Order: sequence, then C-alpha cells, then structure tokens
Amino acid sequence: MNEVLLVVGMALVTFLIRYPLLELVGKISLPDRLFKALRYVPPAVLAAIIVPSVIMLKGEIVLTPANPFLVAGLISALVAWRSQNLLLTVIIGMITLLAYRAIFSL
Amino acid sequence: MIPLVVGAAPFGVIFGAVAIMNGLSPLAAVAMSAFVFAGSSQFIGVNLVASGATLPIIWLTTFVVNLRHALYSTTLAPYVKHLPRRWLILLGFLLTDEAFFTVVTRYNEPDESSHKHWYFLGAALALYVNWQIFTWIGIVAASTVDRDQLANLGLDFALTVTFTGMLIPSLKNRPILVAALVGGTVAVLTYHMPNNIGLMIAALAGVVAGVIAEGLQEEDRPDAKTQRREDAK
Repeated sequence: MNEVLLVVGMALVTFLIRYPLLELVGKISLPDRLFKALRYVPPAVLAAIIVPSVIMLKGEIVLTPANPFLVAGLISALVAWRSQNLLLTVIIGMITLLAYRAIFSL
Repeated sequence: MIPLVVGAAPFGVIFGAVAIMNGLSPLAAVAMSAFVFAGSSQFIGVNLVASGATLPIIWLTTFVVNLRHALYSTTLAPYVKHLPRRWLILLGFLLTDEAFFTVVTRYNEPDESSHKHWYFLGAALALYVNWQIFTWIGIVAASTVDRDQLANLGLDFALTVTFTGMLIPSLKNRPILVAALVGGTVAVLTYHMPNNIGLMIAALAGVVAGVIAEGLQEEDRPDAKTQRREDAK
C-alpha cells in the first residue's frame, strides 16, 4: 500500500466534494424554493446519524433496556430538551452510558 | 462550540488508535487527519486498507462516504458568496459535519453581522486543531492500551450525544420535526447499505419530507386560504 497515494487521493476526493459547490452555487442564484428546502438538511442529517447509532446494537434494532446506547440516547435527548444546554447534554449522556454499562456489565 | 470540540475528541483518539492497529504508519495516520480531515471516511479508509482493498476502491468509497458534504456546501454557499476565493478554498477544506452544524446555526441567527465568516473560520479551525491533537493522542495510546478495551468503552458515542444536543433544541416547528423523523427512520431502514449510501438517502428523504410538511402546513393556515380565495376573485 502506497500511503502517500492513499492520503493524497482521499484528500483530493474529499476536497473536490466540499469546495466546488461553495464556489459555484454562490455565483449562480439558487431558486428560492431550493434555498428554503436546504434548511431541512441539518435536522435530516443529524437524525440520520443519531437514530441508527442509538437504536441499533451490532446491526440489529434493540429497543429494550439491554441496549445501553438507547438508554443513554434517551437520557441525552431529555436533558437536551429540558436544558437546551449542549455541554450539559454531552456530559450527562456520556456519564449515563459509562455508568449504565458498568452497573449492568453491558 | 466547546461541547462539539469535546464531543469530537474521543472520536479522534479512537481514529488514531484504530489506524495504527490496522497497520497504518503513524506518519500516514497523522497525514490523513491533517489533509483528509473527514472522520467517518478516515475510519472506513483505514478499515479498507486493513482488508487489502485497492487504492481506487478506497478513493471511490471516500467519495461516496463524503458525498453529504456537497449538501453542506450548497447550503452554506449563499452566505459566503461575497468572500474571495482563498477564503472559499480554506472554508471548503475545513467543512466537516461539526463545522457545518455549528456554522449554519450561526448564519440562521437573525443579527446582520457581516463577520459571520470569521465565526465559520474560528469554529472550523478549532475543530481542525482538536482533531489533529486527539489523533496524535490516539496514535500514542495505540501502543499502550488494549484495542478491545478502547473499543468497548463506547467513546465514539460522544459524537452521537453531541449531535443529539444540537438536534433536539432545533426541533422548533412541525416541518423540522418531520424532516428529522423521516431522516432518522430512513437511516435505520437503509442501515445495511454499504458505504454510508443510506445516510445520503436518508438526508434527501428527510429534506423532501420537510418541504412537503411545510407545504401542507401552509395550506392548513386559514389566512393562506383566504388569501388564495381573494387571489382567485
């Protein structure tokens, strides 16, 4: 494995996804409807990342207390909703996960 | 911002460690974080290296895994169009999931500050430096900590929790809630598709659902109906 080619190729591919549209879309004017639609990108992507990692355990849907990620995820969601505080959510979510796994050896 | 840096840190440590354990040289691991700077594709790239995949396969996979960033740059482009090219190149290079979610929130705030691109740069640079440092820590940790032990700690869950803390407060109206519900559901249904393709499909499905929900909501609003009736007269 040529590690230089590996890294250079991955870096180029990634940059060529991230940069060109930033340049091009600014030059042409985006239809108003499309611009409004893009407001839904953050919630859709965030939920698409979060939900599988919370409800799935080793590739299977596990909706029972045997799934520590589900428990920690629900607690985090509750904290986020009540406190609207990101740092508090991260801290309590991780403490919940580590404590829950330690107590029930999951 | 600070919570995001905290949330991404364990992810960086795990990447550094996993890269070494999968046979990457420390220099290549450092270079990957420095030049690719895209967490999930770095993990997948390293796994592909370990499984003996060829370079074109790894590059192609990187492309598919990172395709969602095209949605981010499209979303942010209207806000940064006044900036010179060197700014766009720099911001484009630094555009990660975490940077995007932070920055889009800032741009959506109602104040008309003309310095929001400095916030963009600052946030993205903080995330960049953070990623480098914790990659190095992971590389060092790889030689001292047991691999399974590290994986079993569930530290990568920190990022999920961070994203939860960003998503929940943003669910302020019904179309946004619909976009999130559909995005999350489709992501589960497409979970077994290779190379994060499911994530892209889920994102698009969520966006479309949000737009549809917004359209339905406007139809329900009585004043919109009166308006339309008056227009028809």
